[in-house]
Amino acid sequence: MRITQGTFSYLPDLTDDEIAVQIGYALDRDWAVAVEFTDDPHPRNVLWEMWGLPMFGLADPAGALDEVLACRAAYPGHYVRVTAYDASLGRQTTALSFIVSRPATEPGFRLDRQETTDRRIRYSLHPYAAEGPRGQRYAAGSFGQNGAREG
Amino acid sequence: MAQDQQAERWSAGVIPYAQMGYYAPDYVPADTDLLAAFRITPQPGVPPEEAGAAVAGESSTATWTVVWTDRLTAYDHYQAKCYRVDPVPGRDGEYIARIAYDIDLFEEGSIPNLTSSIIGNVFGFKALKALRLEDMRIPLHYVKTFQGPPHGIVMEREYLNKYGRPLLGATTKPKLGLSARNYGRVVYEALRGGLDFTKDDENINSQPFMRWRDRFLFTMEAVNRAQERTGEIKGHYLNVTAATMEDMYERADFARELGSVIIMADLTVGYTALHSMARWARRNGVLLHLHRAGHSTYTRQKSHGVSFRVIAKWSRLIGVDHIHAGTVVGKLEGDPANVRGYYDTLREARIPASPGNGIYFDQDWGSMPGTMPVASGGIHAGQMHQLLHYLGEDVVLQFGGGTIGHPLGIAAGATANRVATEAMIKARNEGRDFAAEGEDILREAAKRCQPLQVALDTWGEVTFNYESTDTPDVVVTPTA
Repeated sequence: MRITQGTFSYLPDLTDDEIAVQIGYALDRDWAVAVEFTDDPHPRNVLWEMWGLPMFGLADPAGALDEVLACRAAYPGHYVRVTAYDASLGRQTTALSFIVSRPATEPGFRLDRQETTDRRIRYSLHPYAAEGPRGQRYAAGSFGQNGAREG
Repeated sequence: MAQDQQAERWSAGVIPYAQMGYYAPDYVPADTDLLAAFRITPQPGVPPEEAGAAVAGESSTATWTVVWTDRLTAYDHYQAKCYRVDPVPGRDGEYIARIAYDIDLFEEGSIPNLTSSIIGNVFGFKALKALRLEDMRIPLHYVKTFQGPPHGIVMEREYLNKYGRPLLGATTKPKLGLSARNYGRVVYEALRGGLDFTKDDENINSQPFMRWRDRFLFTMEAVNRAQERTGEIKGHYLNVTAATMEDMYERADFARELGSVIIMADLTVGYTALHSMARWARRNGVLLHLHRAGHSTYTRQKSHGVSFRVIAKWSRLIGVDHIHAGTVVGKLEGDPANVRGYYDTLREARIPASPGNGIYFDQDWGSMPGTMPVASGGIHAGQMHQLLHYLGEDVVLQFGGGTIGHPLGIAAGATANRVATEAMIKARNEGRDFAAEGEDILREAAKRCQPLQVALDTWGEVTFNYESTDTPDVVVTPTA
């Protein structure tokens, strides 16, 4: 399956040039760009790991793209996303967020149903990836070897 | 002389409202005053100032005759004051009367109280042929007595984990008649195909063909299955509109228990019920969608009723997270400038007066969250550039027929809408003139997405070009 979180998941994967252009759009608006990665793609997993701090005050998209490439190289089997943060009064929230790297295979989710009374069902979404311990969740990746930024 | 006037003011009988103090051209409104702009059409022979004073009187303290009991009060404090009357250019016999109300006239945090004053008696007044409430300035002091949207635009996006693009929805069709199981099928297909939300229509409550509880159960199965297929958070606006508050609470509680992120209510339930549901939504962490069912009965005609921009203000104060506010390009009434005014009113923190958009007063919302406008009714993927141009990014675009009517199926229809949205946002962010190049952008995206190509082939030429009934009086001439 293909997880469709993020602003551009229904389009073909963005090229590095296209990623840089989107970063440029964010920087033009004084949004702080950040790179985040995870191996737990549950839709309510908000807290992906931070690849360093948000790049406040950055002017050149190339600098942020370098961080994307470095994160992707360190975690080829993880999801990597670029976020842009709008700190202006009344927003103080993410303004743009898109996936820039995915594991080679995305095993997806299992829907668990707990049947209770009166036909009610309690649903729970189970990411197959999360069955393994952190760092070993996608077989194909060479991650975990260069984990300097993790934790 | 002054004494004579004073004596005349209090002699028993009927005297003009203007003479009773309800017309005060020298009055300077206070920052704490609530201001209203009424479009008045006086009967022949009634001076516009007297008509404006009559509206001020009947919407505040006055009755048709002099009463001595006024003198038991600090009456000039409680009297509303018509402080300005202007003829409407190009509309013979119509005037805009501006009226100031002291904040003490209104109960804190109560739209029912506010509306009982401002639109309570006065709209049937014989001395006027027609009357329309065009706009209100709600002073920040009064704004602060309202809860406002239970979550608001920012919290909704963080809750749903969706940023940087319009949210997408569809209303389940046919509106009436589907069984709960079939209904769940439509919801599942639309959500797995790429929409963020599906929606009950306004008149889906709990009819013999589908009782509410069955609908909720099958719908939440569909929502959860779609989440499993996509790894995204999905929602369906479960309509809890019912005959009593007890019924509405029962349905809302059940929706919450099943894990729904959002419920909805219709405007027909009334302002009190909406206030109650807004509190419920804040307390339970469930988004609240408002369908403005019935509003066109009083918002559409230019000379009589209440402008939707006022309904939008009241709704933001009451506290809804979503409200339908027009599409510009779809099948329902919506002049572009007026719709811009509604969207600004719902989303922005401070809105300057802008006659070209029908906004009569500056409005300061302080830190009250914004309400997400919803565009619904006759829109399709081929209009994506226009929708983004007119409506911006913080909006829910709802394609009912434009999803469910897709020749390749509901999921394909949903995918077409999602791809069109993402392609347009990407192009906009890349600096392209998407409004002008929109059709090219969509055609390019369709090369890699057959459902979008089919959507463009099916609906690409469909437009709804009718003259708007409700337009601003001031037409801004382009200067560029």
